[in-house]
Amino acid sequence: MKTTLQVNRYDPEASGEKSTVQEYTLDVPEHYTVLDALIQVREQDDPSLAVRCSCRAAICGSCAMRINDQARLGCKTRVTVMAPKGEPIRVEPMGNQHVVKDLVVDLDLFWGKVRAVQPYLQPKGPEPEEEYIASNESMLNLLTPMGCIMCGACVSDCTALEVDKNFIGPAALAKSYRFVADPRDGQARQRLEVMNEYAGAWDCTRCYMCVEVCPKGVAPMDRIMELREHIMDAGMTNTPGYRHVASFARSVEHSGWLNETDLAVDSWGRFNLPKLLSEAPFGIKMLMRGKMPLPGPLHKKRPGHENIARLMKRLERKQPAKAGAH
Amino acid sequence: MKYAFYPGCVSRGGTPELYTATMAIAGRLGLELEEIVGTSCTGAGVLQEKGQKLGDTLNARTFAMAERMGLTTIMNICSTCQGVMSQANYRMLQNEAYLDEINKELQIEGLQYTGRIVIKNLAWVVVEEVGIEKLKSMVTRPLKDVKVAPFYGCYILRPSWALGLDDNPGRGQYLEQIIEACGGEPVNFPGRTKCCGFPLGVINEKNSLTMVANHTHDAHDHGADTMVTPCPLCHLNLDAQQPKAQALRGSGLKMPVLHLPQLIGLALGIGAKELGIYRHMVSAKAILDKASVRA
Repeated sequence: MKTTLQVNRYDPEASGEKSTVQEYTLDVPEHYTVLDALIQVREQDDPSLAVRCSCRAAICGSCAMRINDQARLGCKTRVTVMAPKGEPIRVEPMGNQHVVKDLVVDLDLFWGKVRAVQPYLQPKGPEPEEEYIASNESMLNLLTPMGCIMCGACVSDCTALEVDKNFIGPAALAKSYRFVADPRDGQARQRLEVMNEYAGAWDCTRCYMCVEVCPKGVAPMDRIMELREHIMDAGMTNTPGYRHVASFARSVEHSGWLNETDLAVDSWGRFNLPKLLSEAPFGIKMLMRGKMPLPGPLHKKRPGHENIARLMKRLERKQPAKAGAH
Repeated sequence: MKYAFYPGCVSRGGTPELYTATMAIAGRLGLELEEIVGTSCTGAGVLQEKGQKLGDTLNARTFAMAERMGLTTIMNICSTCQGVMSQANYRMLQNEAYLDEINKELQIEGLQYTGRIVIKNLAWVVVEEVGIEKLKSMVTRPLKDVKVAPFYGCYILRPSWALGLDDNPGRGQYLEQIIEACGGEPVNFPGRTKCCGFPLGVINEKNSLTMVANHTHDAHDHGADTMVTPCPLCHLNLDAQQPKAQALRGSGLKMPVLHLPQLIGLALGIGAKELGIYRHMVSAKAILDKASVRA
């Protein structure tokens, strides 16, 4: 069958900063992946095309690239799925990272962030005579983060990294969770303290992009939410992130629904006068347009709010304590 | 068509015009909306940070209340509600033991969720149940020459498996279909499925406002006269926070942002005032003039 690839071409030595789109039309068997097609282009049509790959079996994580506007592994993405009616397929290098040539990006940013979370076990106490033992049950919830193949797809499409390169990013945060939740690690609290800082776990914007694009089901954002839960359970409460969650829960317990006014004020800090004063003109404009709910006890209670409050309190009491909370 | 209506918190808080615009178009589209009384907030993904089961139980409670009304479809007007409810439902339907566990919590109120509820955002109801052809036939004031950038945001699309995009891949193009049916011209732009920045608003304001500036400029650079969104949280950030975002960017751009039912309402000939368009922080007057809309 015929397929058309529209591939981003970039060669800093030949074209400076400019990238171009080159179209290749080729005959491929139906079972071909996008990576197979790109290799065919390189071997038969255009040896100058730069593409990074190794195992071709979704294990090594080398061939992540953007295919039809989403980060994917080239070796796990079939041509027929991307172009069921023979449409052209867009192929670009990963986002949020420096492009070296064509589809190859420099992974320094990715590895730098992963290294920053100290991605190795740091047990405490005297070394055991034999190996460190962890029960099967205690490792079950680590199966998903341990599935990470370091392909960088989540980093490529992360919408928070797009606006702030300081953000530690989804891959590193998922890796951090993997060690925080490991019963053999002795540094959970220290790890959580670092992730509680600026550009850490609270700077994820919860957009689900990393969950969508991860080819191995690691669901980094879900791991980030678990990190936040650990951070809160460890009693680290002096952040806008913590106050945001606490205020949200307080609001729903109080009236059954969300009070956006309280949520903003609580998150900034009720005694953060400079911020409150700077936001006052905005608040007045919203109030004039009928777009600002009344604060605190004035917030109208919804029918059934007592039942909601009881249910929430009961469930909060039942929650198991997390590692790092002690 | 009768729906268990879940308006969510923000349509009665920060964006009340969304609620009134929905009510203004519902009757014309033949949607009978019976509000589910006594429900809680979905948790918006924030309560879920305290614990997933906490959030899922609150949503199961809402689903059980809709079932008790004898209805099978919950209609919402908020992408965030759509996403959070869909994910809760997905988890419960994947795991019977988990659903049983949650039902034990609901027993105290005499509620039980049997797993039969379907959750649909207004955009899905319009395309899948009203139908694009029927919508087209009801348009009395086509938005001719109005270029509209659809801003989906996150929770109506991702994770795709929980939002039913595997079975309904067209859901990723519904806003474009609705814009066309309303006589407007959809504008494709890179930010259409990215995050609006709302969840970071009070946590990292600079990053949040940078997202707003990026998306509004993106839409503008691709020729859009206005943006439209199915999510009131996206609206709060893209509209209400836009003046601050443009100031941060050093730009004077004023990109109007419509709620989905406002766009439909304009095409159905409803007045701008009834649709609450004058409540927006960024004026939509230029669009109204272009579409020859009177108050």
